[in-house]
Amino acid sequence: MKILAIEASALTASVAITEDDLLKGEFTVNNKLTHSETLLPMLESMAEISGISLEDVDAIAVSAGPGSFTGLRIGAATAKGLALAYNCPVIKVPTLAAMAYTLSLVSDSVICPIMDARRGQVYSAAYCSDAVVLEEDARDIHSLISRLNETVPEEECSYIFLGDGVPVYSDIISAELEGDVSFAGADINRQRAAGVAVLGSVFYNKWLVRNGLTAEAVRSAGADAISCFDDTVMNSDNLAPEYLRKSQAEREMEQGVLEDPGQHSLKKMQSGGPRRGRSES
Amino acid sequence: MTDTSKDITILGIESSCDETAAAVVVNGRKVLSNVISSQIDIHTVYGGVVPEIASRLHCENINGVIRLAMKEAGTGWDGIDAIAVTRGPGLVGALLVGVSEAKALAYALHKPLIGVHHIEGHIAANYISHPALEPPYVCLVVSGGHTHLAVVRGYREFELAGRTMDDAAGETFDKVARAVGLGYPGGPKVDRAAREGDPHAIEFPRGEVKDHPYDFTFSGLKSAVLNYINMAQMKGEEINVSDLAASFQRSVTDSLVSRTIRCAENYGIRKVAIAGGVSANSALREAMKAACEERGMECFYPEPVYCTDNAAMIASAAYYEYLAGRRDSMFLNAEPNLKLGDR
Repeated sequence: MKILAIEASALTASVAITEDDLLKGEFTVNNKLTHSETLLPMLESMAEISGISLEDVDAIAVSAGPGSFTGLRIGAATAKGLALAYNCPVIKVPTLAAMAYTLSLVSDSVICPIMDARRGQVYSAAYCSDAVVLEEDARDIHSLISRLNETVPEEECSYIFLGDGVPVYSDIISAELEGDVSFAGADINRQRAAGVAVLGSVFYNKWLVRNGLTAEAVRSAGADAISCFDDTVMNSDNLAPEYLRKSQAEREMEQGVLEDPGQHSLKKMQSGGPRRGRSES
Repeated sequence: MTDTSKDITILGIESSCDETAAAVVVNGRKVLSNVISSQIDIHTVYGGVVPEIASRLHCENINGVIRLAMKEAGTGWDGIDAIAVTRGPGLVGALLVGVSEAKALAYALHKPLIGVHHIEGHIAANYISHPALEPPYVCLVVSGGHTHLAVVRGYREFELAGRTMDDAAGETFDKVARAVGLGYPGGPKVDRAAREGDPHAIEFPRGEVKDHPYDFTFSGLKSAVLNYINMAQMKGEEINVSDLAASFQRSVTDSLVSRTIRCAENYGIRKVAIAGGVSANSALREAMKAACEERGMECFYPEPVYCTDNAAMIASAAYYEYLAGRRDSMFLNAEPNLKLGDR
């Protein structure tokens, strides 16, 4: 079973292809935020250099959020375009779960991926083996730590933190969290498409079994002929990122503080100039 | 040059603002399908386009829109020669959805990829509605985000003769409509109200830009309208919204038409076109047509469906890029600030 995975939820741009239990190729860049420009050339290079054909891919797994709103959409739109062309399903993989999955299999520690969500918050979750200790959410770092101090029993008080929130908050974590804390190394401390492919494969296999299907049957029928999709394995038309946050205009509207209708609307360009809208990461 | 004896069929994708659109067009002029998913009802609640909401909706809707355009065209992927997408100008988050989708499709289907300038797309909309139209001509592009006066010398050759110094024409319509309580979007609402009004009831100014005969300014007009409303309120007088709308619209139309005609006359060009969302305005169409007829010039404007944002116009503009050999690589990116004529 061949899974193509895409990760563009934050600074990392990454593409990977797995075939059953083998990582056949991966291209990961943690250097600059130009995913819109580089993601497809990375995919093109990976396929070309590794000699892997993508035409017969079983499904496309995408890191679906939370993360940078724009990055998530670049990843999702890329996955949608590929899946539409290949007529294959997409697998919606939670970003934080994909980051933690492999570590949670090999360690008894509580695995805590934290992504810098700006505005003093982290997108975070906590996993221990196959249990979810804390659901994914945008939290203040102190409330994350106090939740962990309250929730995790003393005998399990060992943690592995990872993600781009670590360089921002490692001092606070070490000072305030009760228990042993370690931080993951460079090979696994950021998002990777390989991790998205691995967890995506798990989801895909479970979906096949649940519906009495085989990968071959889905491949030969094509995604458009399948009707038993769910919230995880789906037709690409229905894929949308999980932002975890509403847009600012929606939040203010709900709170009844949107005083000037039109204040969130785009500032129309002067002729030839930019059409700038309020940017929300 | 590419062989022109064979029909060229292009899938166009547009997501620069609040319309998610896809279309299939043959040889730049024959539309096989033109699907537009508008978000206007959602943005109306906020009084204007909210970029983050627009980007989210593009991402949700884009595959369904493309799928429908392909189904209506009936060509199948094999019948598509190239994939074209708006690369700018526009809202960056919105553009990125279309660009990312188009790149993935082009890569997976082994089709040439062509990035298109949104304004050049608006201009090309005239080729769809007027198959006989050929450059050179003068084109006024007016929308909520743009007011450009372009001399179209060739299919890919544009001279930006004039532009607005402040607000876009459509933006002025939105602001005036909001001030008199007509709501968003302003263009069609003012147009409707103006039909019942007297365009000579109130004398509003027509902005001139010193030493720039083809440029536009609408800030003085906007202030004059707001002052008029404030004065009336202070005096406790009721405003005749229809008269105000008609008089305001006459001022905008006079500015737009006079510069366009002046430009055509000075450049010795006998053909005039209008394009963009505001080109659907009935008063502008009538005034431009009358001014052209008076001088024996030809006047062109697209059917209303091709005035507002759509993907058929993108596929049409892409046809001439295709013929000229333009092929974008997988490094194509969104260009929110792209200028007219930038390649």
